[in-house]
Amino acid sequence: MHRVMRPVTLLVSLSLLLLASMLLSLVTGVIPVSFEEAFQAFASMFSGDTTLYHNQQHAIVMSIRLPRILLAVFVGAGMAVCGTAMQGLFKNGLADPALIGVSGGASLGASVAILLSSSVLAGSGFSNGIFEGALSQLNEVHYVLAHKYLVSSMAFLGGLAATAMVYRLGASSSGMSVATMLLAGIAITALAGAFSNLCTYLADDIALRRMSIWRMGSMSSADWPDLMVAGSFIGFVLVLMPRFGRVLNALLLGESEARHLGFDVSAVKWQLIALTALAMGAAVSSAGVIGFVGLVVPHIVRMIIGPDHRYLIPGSMLLGASLLVLADLGARTFLAPEELPVGIITAIIGAPFFIALLLKQRRLLNL
Amino acid sequence: MAFSADSVSLELGENTVLSGVSLKFEPGLVHVVVGPNGAGKSSLLKLFSGDYSPLGGSINLDLQSLCDHGQSAIARRIAVLPQQSQLNFPFSVYEVVALGRYPHDTGKVKDDEVVAAVLNAVGGLHLQDRLYTSLSGGEQQRIHLARVLAQVWLPSPQGGRYLLLDEPTAALDLAHQHLILKLAVDMAKQGLGVLSVLHDLNLAAQYADVITLLSEGRVVAQGVPSQVLSVENIQSVYGIAVEIIPHPSQSRFLIISE
Repeated sequence: MHRVMRPVTLLVSLSLLLLASMLLSLVTGVIPVSFEEAFQAFASMFSGDTTLYHNQQHAIVMSIRLPRILLAVFVGAGMAVCGTAMQGLFKNGLADPALIGVSGGASLGASVAILLSSSVLAGSGFSNGIFEGALSQLNEVHYVLAHKYLVSSMAFLGGLAATAMVYRLGASSSGMSVATMLLAGIAITALAGAFSNLCTYLADDIALRRMSIWRMGSMSSADWPDLMVAGSFIGFVLVLMPRFGRVLNALLLGESEARHLGFDVSAVKWQLIALTALAMGAAVSSAGVIGFVGLVVPHIVRMIIGPDHRYLIPGSMLLGASLLVLADLGARTFLAPEELPVGIITAIIGAPFFIALLLKQRRLLNL
Repeated sequence: MAFSADSVSLELGENTVLSGVSLKFEPGLVHVVVGPNGAGKSSLLKLFSGDYSPLGGSINLDLQSLCDHGQSAIARRIAVLPQQSQLNFPFSVYEVVALGRYPHDTGKVKDDEVVAAVLNAVGGLHLQDRLYTSLSGGEQQRIHLARVLAQVWLPSPQGGRYLLLDEPTAALDLAHQHLILKLAVDMAKQGLGVLSVLHDLNLAAQYADVITLLSEGRVVAQGVPSQVLSVENIQSVYGIAVEIIPHPSQSRFLIISE
């Protein structure tokens, strides 16, 4: 048998990798921060010591890097664990969490929000004067924040709505057909894509750039409120997912076989889809569309310890989190002080890996 | 205490698959269902396994409708071997067989004992550490049989145990066909009720205690092999002429086509 590592060994190594990547990311950047300064910033948070609050390093660590790193941890872990769940549910290692329509729906929600807020700005905005009184009170910082939260909540709702439609199409009186759902996911994603393109077509130059940057995925605007919202949704899913380890193993045998082993398969199916929609919706709405993490991470873990979901689920969470923290570190350092959208980095690393997987699978099947 | 279908009927889409079929199989006996393609054998098995629910009639386990027993209680007493498996993830053979212990909370030590015992029973102990995906089709089928046996290997406090086999010999060579059916007989001797769909009438005649002959969704004959597998019944159901001759050395008969 070709297993590289025992599951427990891998989980311990991945925990260390996550810790190391978070620390590295905390001290690396345009403005250097030493481990000592980072540690002091932490210590001041717990001791309530306010003497450091106006120190630049303290501000960078506590208000910029830490929420961003933690958001990357949640988003990376969430995307990877949803990929694991979907690959198990669809019994296909090439399944992606976007299959249930959540990313397409979220993109559409975000595009509509960007279009609306930019037309409000253009129609009533700072130059036009009709709402000038109101808008002068709502200064630009507030406007930017309001815009950001509008975009992320619309994206979240869009993702959930698209998944609900996909699920509705896949469900019938005799239960949910995974194959029909897969096709419905493709159709709904295409439909959402068409409407997103319509928004793009209608958008002005500023809105257009915002939309395309959003679709590339980025955590550059991460702050504590973002982290609280995304973290609580994704955290909820991260806590529940490990309970599905055994039933996902049984589902790999087939749905009837899982039922014969005593699992309530139809309940498990909708629960997994709801949890995936929740975590992916929260991830995509706070960080944009970041591809390949959900697809590739479960594969890497499976190659190392095998397909047992009781270990695959925590392993994918840890590796997904570490990879996204490192990818985001790359996003803000490769072209510093410019920022790259992190989705570009995950795709540049993920796509060749995926191609290698396809080639390996073809060789195994002798096609 | 028994597991029975009481005048069940079933429709799939527009087609009537079963009508008025009654079948009772009891602990300690091997009950074999035979019949031509499309007779409804697998559908009948799927009623017993709970994959389909009957349109009319009922499936009863210990005098109580099957659907009134909880899913997990059923899983501790009834194991089902499907015709073929969709598993294509690289589990080890040990891991696949251990899936059969999921309904039970007997702990890893006990589970490991059961896994070793069932692998030994299907002649697959040497495969334990191989990857399931690297096995031949016949080996895979035996591993699934081991998984299913692991599920009902130990007596259940909830009641009698049952084993449902859908064409268990289909992918197997001659030696393994007999190994599997001998195993089914052994399990029956330990008190399990075994229901198996088989195509090969001679295998059915050799191993069954009771045979049900199905044709076009109805029971044509039911009883001991020598009664059910008569020249007339086979002629009318399969439409081919056969001769039935005594086995040269054993007290059973052979069916040969003319």
